[in-house]
Amino acid sequence: MQRPEAWPRPHPGEGAAAAQAGGPAPPARVGEPAGLRLQEPSLYIIKAVFILDNDGHRLLAKYYDDTFPSLKEQMAFEKNVFNKTSRTDSEIAFLGGMTIVCKSSTDLFLYVVGSSHENELMLVSVLTCLFESLNHVLRKNVEKRWLLENMDGAFLVLDEIVDGGVILESDPQQVIQKVNFRADDSSLTEQSVAQVLQSAKEQIKWSLLK
Amino acid sequence: HLEKSAVLQEARIFNETPINPRRCLHILTKILYLLNQGEHFGTTEATEAFFAMTRLFQSNDQTLRRMCYLTIKEMATISEDVIIVTSSLTKDMTGKEDVYRGPAIRALCRITDGTMLQAIERYMKQAIVDKVSGVSSSALVSSLHMMKISHDVVKRWVNEAQEAASSDNIMVQVLPLSHTGCFSVCLCFELCILHLFFLLSNDALCIFITSHESPLFDFIESCLRNKHEMVIYEAASAIIHLPNCTARELAPAVSVLQLFCSSPKPALRYAAVRTLNKVAMKHPSAVTACNLDLENLITDSNRSIATLAITTLLKTGSESSVDRLMKQISSFVSEISDEFKVVVVQAISALCQKYPRKHSVMMTFLSNMLRDDGGFEYKRAIVDCIISIVEENPEGKEAGLAHLCEFIEDCEHTVLATKILHLLGKEGPRTPVPSKYIRFIFNRVVLENEAVRAGYWKFLGYRDMPLLCPLDRCMMDTDDEVRDRATFYLNVLQQRQMALNATYIFNGLTVSVPGMEKALHQYTLEPSEKPFDMKSIPLAMAPVFEQKAEIMFVATKPEKFAPSRQDIFQEQLAAIPEFMDLGPLFKSSEPVQLTEAETEYFVRCVKHVFTNHIVFQFDCTNTLNDQLLEKVTVQMEPSESHEVLCCLPAPSLAYNQPGICYTLVRLPDDDSTAGTNPQEGGERSKNASQLELLTVGANLWFFSKMKYGLMLVCAVCRPVTSACPQRERQPLTLTFASVPLPSGLSTTRAFPLAPRAADVPG
Repeated sequence: MQRPEAWPRPHPGEGAAAAQAGGPAPPARVGEPAGLRLQEPSLYIIKAVFILDNDGHRLLAKYYDDTFPSLKEQMAFEKNVFNKTSRTDSEIAFLGGMTIVCKSSTDLFLYVVGSSHENELMLVSVLTCLFESLNHVLRKNVEKRWLLENMDGAFLVLDEIVDGGVILESDPQQVIQKVNFRADDSSLTEQSVAQVLQSAKEQIKWSLLK
Repeated sequence: HLEKSAVLQEARIFNETPINPRRCLHILTKILYLLNQGEHFGTTEATEAFFAMTRLFQSNDQTLRRMCYLTIKEMATISEDVIIVTSSLTKDMTGKEDVYRGPAIRALCRITDGTMLQAIERYMKQAIVDKVSGVSSSALVSSLHMMKISHDVVKRWVNEAQEAASSDNIMVQVLPLSHTGCFSVCLCFELCILHLFFLLSNDALCIFITSHESPLFDFIESCLRNKHEMVIYEAASAIIHLPNCTARELAPAVSVLQLFCSSPKPALRYAAVRTLNKVAMKHPSAVTACNLDLENLITDSNRSIATLAITTLLKTGSESSVDRLMKQISSFVSEISDEFKVVVVQAISALCQKYPRKHSVMMTFLSNMLRDDGGFEYKRAIVDCIISIVEENPEGKEAGLAHLCEFIEDCEHTVLATKILHLLGKEGPRTPVPSKYIRFIFNRVVLENEAVRAGYWKFLGYRDMPLLCPLDRCMMDTDDEVRDRATFYLNVLQQRQMALNATYIFNGLTVSVPGMEKALHQYTLEPSEKPFDMKSIPLAMAPVFEQKAEIMFVATKPEKFAPSRQDIFQEQLAAIPEFMDLGPLFKSSEPVQLTEAETEYFVRCVKHVFTNHIVFQFDCTNTLNDQLLEKVTVQMEPSESHEVLCCLPAPSLAYNQPGICYTLVRLPDDDSTAGTNPQEGGERSKNASQLELLTVGANLWFFSKMKYGLMLVCAVCRPVTSACPQRERQPLTLTFASVPLPSGLSTTRAFPLAPRAADVPG
């Protein structure tokens, strides 16, 4: 007798095939009462988390299921998401059967992706936790340069928030405590005057563009 | 800007002593970054890097160690011999440094396979009940992942999991019990989350909360007044998903969602409008109260929200609001993606069904959309919508056909063009002036590709001689199929016999195509002088509501109800005297095949669950043509607590004549096998029926009845984090004494009411 998987997750194909904005749940199976059907619940809520720069290039990405098995598909998806959300600065979007929540900061875009059947607010809470934790780790400079210089901190933060698609922690304070990492103060002071001016210019540019 | 080979070269410094934590950390980060960017690492280089990394365990730098754990996880699948770090990880997970323990566990579980799991089993069990929340939660999450690898082993940890659930951990999970009683419960986050979990029987049936009188409903409803939005939303979502919910019960959930519609947070608005959209499908009247809020959302800056708002309004709107709504949609439809456009079109289609008098407004709108740019799915949705108006609404027919004709003049999608041409052929003759469509058809035949030309034969409904001229032309077409069809139909038509026309032109194939294919194939294999007999092919199962099913809405027409399979069984069983007193039939399972295909007899089993009994129905077929079997029974050996009451034999089984024999088994009355130890399972024989009950902790309870799928409800509530002062915590009250347990299960079990003072952590 076949053993089913521990907890059947909502099938990625269903969501994608429905391709309807929060439309009806997948059609009721034969024998079931017709109408709305609650999805089989699962703890595997998060499908992916990624951070893109303002050109849509990946800085950090973690995929937790095989909705996008190859790198190529992942990149295409990221590009798609970026195109849809970066211009309009939308915080929540629906794409290909998945709900995507987005947060932008200076020159970074943070995304959390879940199936469209999930509670959107949970996705938002993960996103907020990620942002707040990074905010602390990067000393309030959540921008590309700092992220790149403190990539290890970012990896650790994400590892503490989501593990294999299951939400591990959503309280930024707890995450910060566990990661126990702060961006190097010294590198800030080592900046040359030119660099400081440059970063100031960029900051102004971005704030004007908003 | 990073070069893999250069980085791997740098990784050589891992072997140096003393270890420079900063530099090593830097390089390790670069390696992880490369992996994250999708850089491919060959097995050899990955293994080398991995082994080099293991040297870094000698350093006590916290961040470095944590990064090592991450590297282990990332490289677990691409490097060989990763299990060499097992002992280091085990040491860390049982060591003094709390900060290492959680991550070490998670790393360890990533590299552990089924064979090794037993070796670390005791560590895992200890970790699950550890007082440090990070350790416990890591252990539990890892156990969840390990369920996929080694179900049986992880199942044994459930006692520890229960214990953990009763502690003050913020993040606790309870593991699945068995493959037939799979569930897991997440008490998590800093907020209260309510999940309703359902028991899957081994026939993979989900049974939902069937009674809205269930005391659980009150509990969910009370969650609507919770402090945290996430909980409120989850509760509202749960309520609207309950089957058989009346409008009155929906009302509190809907009003909560209504409030969310005006929230400043986009995610909340989105969640609310998406859920209202679902409610509107079944209970449009319940959503009417929100119409004003929904109209405000049409101008929302987030297009997804705006689209959902519009489609919901289309479901709930009155006839008078249709004009206004359509105008609003047309203003922004060009801005939304194709996916949403399809949704909007489908909503319009539903609206057309509902308000046929508004067809002209909608038709104008649809034709405009048809002229705009858009993908195939989008255009097809529109065409389908127009076709359904044409077919069902006589007043809209001419306009619809006219628009479609205009469309096919310049349509790049062959499928759509052919479909429309078919429609023209069918509907054209019924219009007052059919000849005006001939021009369009003729143009298509002349200008289009083969598929369209071949489909031309449908027009012969016109019985109009001038049409036969193009047919002549088709007989000289360059494409084989076009010529064949033209010749065939020309000959049929020239006979001028209605009967022939009907058989060969109008009526499609009534047989199933795959069946015909198989039969034809068979025919060609065996040389035979008899002509091929169409009657030997099974008839096609005509999908009745196929068209409607594509548009996912609930039709307002009353649906025909065929007697369900279960009803049939109920009748059959009630007719048997021994089974008359069993009470109502709760559920019948799907048939399970018990024998191999080539044995002497073929047996299938269907289980019928009654209140206190189970009837096993064995459908037996004798496959030996030289034997007659008499008084056939199937022997069953159930477990101790289940009693076989009687066996009804099948009197005789002749060759290939299926017969039925029954066995009646009584379920045990007392289910106090519940306790904290679930019964050991293993591969259950199909004839056994077992029961498992489980209670966990003070704030968490549930029960499960395996295999015969009862409602499993898990109420999960957790106070806010321990960081929060006690007075701010939400008191938990489960305001019911017991869940109604069907089927003789004891109701005297004391499910906890309110958390006792001792349980609420101070």
